[in-house]
Amino acid sequence: MSVAMLETRGLCKSFGALDVARDIDFRLERGARHALIGPNGAGKTTFVNLLTGLLPPSRGNVLLEGEDVTTLAQAKRVKRGIARTFQINQLFRGLTVQENVCIAVSERLGVGGSMLRPAGKRGDVIEMASRLIEMLKLGPDAGRRIVELPYGRQRLVEIAIALGLNPRVLLLDEPAAGIPSAETHILLDAVATLPKDIAVLIIEHDMDLVFRFAERISVLVSGAIFAEGTPAEIAANREVRSVYLGSALDG
Amino acid sequence: MIAATQLARRHRFRWWELLPWAAGIAVFFVFPNYLSFATQVLITILFALSLDLVLGYAGIVTLGHAAFFGAGAYTVGMLAMHWGWNEPFSGLLAGALVAAVIGFFSGVVLLRTHGLTLLMLTLCTMTLLEQAANMGAAWTGGFDGMPGLSFTKILGLFGFDSLYFRSQYLYALAMLFLCFAIVRVLVYSSFGQSLTGVRENLLRMHAVGAPVRMRQVIAYTVSAALAGVAGALFTQANGYVNLAVLGLERSAGVMIVLILGGYGRLYGAFVGAIVYMVLEHTLAKAYPTAWQLGLGLTLIVVALFARNGVIGIADSLRRRVKADAR
Repeated sequence: MSVAMLETRGLCKSFGALDVARDIDFRLERGARHALIGPNGAGKTTFVNLLTGLLPPSRGNVLLEGEDVTTLAQAKRVKRGIARTFQINQLFRGLTVQENVCIAVSERLGVGGSMLRPAGKRGDVIEMASRLIEMLKLGPDAGRRIVELPYGRQRLVEIAIALGLNPRVLLLDEPAAGIPSAETHILLDAVATLPKDIAVLIIEHDMDLVFRFAERISVLVSGAIFAEGTPAEIAANREVRSVYLGSALDG
Repeated sequence: MIAATQLARRHRFRWWELLPWAAGIAVFFVFPNYLSFATQVLITILFALSLDLVLGYAGIVTLGHAAFFGAGAYTVGMLAMHWGWNEPFSGLLAGALVAAVIGFFSGVVLLRTHGLTLLMLTLCTMTLLEQAANMGAAWTGGFDGMPGLSFTKILGLFGFDSLYFRSQYLYALAMLFLCFAIVRVLVYSSFGQSLTGVRENLLRMHAVGAPVRMRQVIAYTVSAALAGVAGALFTQANGYVNLAVLGLERSAGVMIVLILGGYGRLYGAFVGAIVYMVLEHTLAKAYPTAWQLGLGLTLIVVALFARNGVIGIADSLRRRVKADAR
């Protein structure tokens, strides 16, 4: 088997007596369009937090291209190419959309600590940020502060920031939650324009979006991988239907 | 693309930025009898400016900023008292250096914490220094401090006349300008932008891969150095140093200055310091026993109705005029 882009081996996390990740073996292949689904409280966000280093695992390993990054701090993993969006917006609320994206791009280009040159003279940073802003159709709002934007627009900024990090692995935690359904295509279009070798893992409740997007689906139930396969396999899986998909597909 | 242009232009000088400096020079000629007071205002502006870098930009809430002011003030005092090191400019650099070293080491330890914990720990650091200055009487003069210090010509060129305050005022104005230039470059740089990111959302800042703690420690150290310069100027301008430079009152006072003027906006320190010191000066004359009451009431009014300080009021007025024009 080839080396996975991102892999976990026996990943466990417990908060006291509560096991939120139970022995998760997971592979995210290079260029994957992978979805992680599961009922509320299945531990999906915790899993992302373990992947990004926001939480330390109780046991097990996280490997990026075969290299163990389990003990690496979050910021260092970002530098290695793991970017994420948050389920609940984590933005620089008092700053403009342009500034929000520029901060991410500056870090990506390694100029975030540069003290002498004005940020406004970083043509490369501003250009890259502006391109992302256009891509996510945020152009008209670029000069507005986050607090002035409706929640759905803010969601798109969240994605622009993650893309600004130029990731090799992109983890999207319920990116469409709060985006009006008429606008979810902006999100999908943006992901579709990403280079093919970027691995994308999406956590999503909107099954319509999941089946449009994903080439592979994992189902997480009570902190453990319950099933995994192609969208067709998952849709046909009786057990998955009974624990989770039933209501979404039949209802 | 308007936003991109906005961002690209923000660091450029605007005509009104000349006003404070023109006013500073005008004061020299128009109010020759008030130069001693004006020098104190300049020192307060510089101290508030240093706090703005950490509080306003990096969002580090501290109640111990006087630790660095005091470090600068005592360094200059002790150098003059014990080693006859009386040259003002080099003394200033020494004060900045000592304050920066204290800022760096306390920053490395304290900036692991946030919020109330940080607030208390910065306060403790300052109190420790205050007690050290109190107990190390052989070096610091203890409770009485070091009175009657004198200083030589600045760089051996300009007389330092502590009686007439003229050269002293210009010296303080020049140092303020220099420090302001440093802060201005910093806050408009990518580094400054990342500090605002730290202030606005720590979690996100980690998640974009920024070395958050390092940025905070750097900002804290630079800020400490600038506060050290302010403290050094204080000792040089007054010819004495005592425990008051290290007290909670000074830390809280400078925070009030920033709240009055508006924090995170560079010129808030200027407006706040002038408002605060003029208020203090006039109120203390009118009601010698209860002047702080007036200050407290002003602070309540600002906190209730003008969260972004006096400059914030000017901002919202300007925005309203613009909106009406449209």
